[in-house]
Amino acid sequence: MNSRYIAWAVGLAALIALPFVYREPYHLHILVLILIWSFAYTSWSIMGRFGLVSLGHGGFMGVGAYVTALLWNHLDITPWIGIPLSMVAAGLLALVVAYPCFRFRITGHYFVLVTLALSGIVLQVITATRDYTGGSLGYTPDRAPSGRGLLALQFDDKTTWYLIALGVWVVGLLIWRWVDRSMSRYAMEAISEDEDAAAAAGVNVTAEKLKITLISALMTALAGALYCQYQMFISPDTVSGIAVSLQMVFAVIVGGLYVSLGPTIGAIITILLAEGLRIGFGTKAVGWDNLVYGVLLVVFIIFLPKGILGSILDKLKAQPKKPKTT
Amino acid sequence: MQAFLDTFDIFLLEAVVNGILLGGVLALLALGLNLIFGVIDVTWICYAELVMIGMYGMYYMVQVFGLPYWAAAPIAILLVAALGALLHYLVIEPLLTAPPINQLLATGGVLFILQSFATVAFGIDFRNLGIRLPVLAIGDMHFSYSRLLAFVAALLGMLAIYFFMKRTYTGTAIRAVAQDRQIMSLMGVDTKRIYLITSALGGALAGLAACLLVLQYDVHPFVGLSFGPITFLICVLGGLGNFVGGFIAAFVFAQIISLGGLYSDLEWGYVLAFAFFIVMMFIRPAGLLARRS
Repeated sequence: MNSRYIAWAVGLAALIALPFVYREPYHLHILVLILIWSFAYTSWSIMGRFGLVSLGHGGFMGVGAYVTALLWNHLDITPWIGIPLSMVAAGLLALVVAYPCFRFRITGHYFVLVTLALSGIVLQVITATRDYTGGSLGYTPDRAPSGRGLLALQFDDKTTWYLIALGVWVVGLLIWRWVDRSMSRYAMEAISEDEDAAAAAGVNVTAEKLKITLISALMTALAGALYCQYQMFISPDTVSGIAVSLQMVFAVIVGGLYVSLGPTIGAIITILLAEGLRIGFGTKAVGWDNLVYGVLLVVFIIFLPKGILGSILDKLKAQPKKPKTT
Repeated sequence: MQAFLDTFDIFLLEAVVNGILLGGVLALLALGLNLIFGVIDVTWICYAELVMIGMYGMYYMVQVFGLPYWAAAPIAILLVAALGALLHYLVIEPLLTAPPINQLLATGGVLFILQSFATVAFGIDFRNLGIRLPVLAIGDMHFSYSRLLAFVAALLGMLAIYFFMKRTYTGTAIRAVAQDRQIMSLMGVDTKRIYLITSALGGALAGLAACLLVLQYDVHPFVGLSFGPITFLICVLGGLGNFVGGFIAAFVFAQIISLGGLYSDLEWGYVLAFAFFIVMMFIRPAGLLARRS
């Protein structure tokens, strides 16, 4: 067990040291994107691994990004306060939608469709309020006057962003681990097997599900806000809607739903794939990346439902158990 | 007649009638989705994308190959029906024993595939048939013939499905499979074949909807997103797999969207419909027509 902690510490130290040694801006940019999306994917997997498949996370991400940007532009509220407020907004949205779902036992298909509609509706609201949000043309947070970058959470420096994204990503993994080790995990696994039996065994089904959903929604909103602050441009299609929700599901499934680094692996694969196609084919690549995503998603669900990392770890675990020969 | 019209707000009445006309097409979509859910127990997240492909098929046949609308429509319906059967054969069948969530997500992958395929193959330009049907004027109210046609054709399509299900041997088998999947295969019904036929039927309904919608809306790769989510809401509100519930819910939603659009933008109609949906989830979580147990 000790060697495992050492491996983590060494890996983390190497990741922190990286931007001070290696300064290629484009590669750092890709790394920041990977870290931010990994965090978003991790937050999805926190509820997804218990069979709570939400396609509403595009909605939470959109709320996180747009509320932060709108508060800054219209009310001059710094993102330091705006991000927590946007998380509260996403959390409230999650509670309003999830409470009736869980209270009235809306599970499986029903839950997926309700959350799917949620992300569709957030997209519609953003488009409908085009007087404030710029509609489908996208939205840009106002540039802060020089010297006030810290207040506005706007940094031109890639290294700063890299470290912020790395910190958030580590926090995401820690939350994943905390859930993994908590009583909630056992409760949620019991619920995903059989809700009635879990309830009979003394599990407060509604409360446990709400807790997990809330954690997941808050994290997703934070990811959306960070993405907005980093890219300084958001559009309804890149941070909200069904496509973003499906993209999260896809990355997590490809990486591995039941292992902590699975979503990160998924983010690395999807972002490198998209960037590779973009560089290789230029503007001709429009649509191709999603085409490849879609085909991979279907193939993975049919042949490798545990994802790349999950399947590799399973293989590694299975090997030492050789049958005893007597 | 005029006295009758004077007592009502003309725009309100027009919106109500347009809502009813919209409801017909939505009910058609909901029927297709419900049929597949009721029989095969999967939800095609990519259902609206099948409609989009059908709309492109219509566009190409009418605009590029110069077929008349009446000749192109049956071909488009057959095309989408074949696509539905293919979707079942390639994606759903290998996953029939997998957890339901996996089936759902796989169709989500197909949504990605169809959308990006359309982007790659057809580009992101908005296209339309170039057919402009005349407008029917009653008093000061105006209704486009394309909507009337869509409403009537949707009703006829639903009637055809009804008679198919009630009067034919295959239809009876489909209804029997929907009631009990395990038993029917013991009774000598080839469930694989029934699933394929049902998928093709669902596809055909999507194809019919495509033929009707292409008269009213421009087609682009993301057009499915503008009525896909609302179709899912309708099916859930009506109770998944409940045909009558879906039919009623379609008209309720169409009214909300139409009336919401009357007072503000169309998007707000959708938002209003969603708010209504959430409220209904509290009151009738298992669908409009569900009996309380």
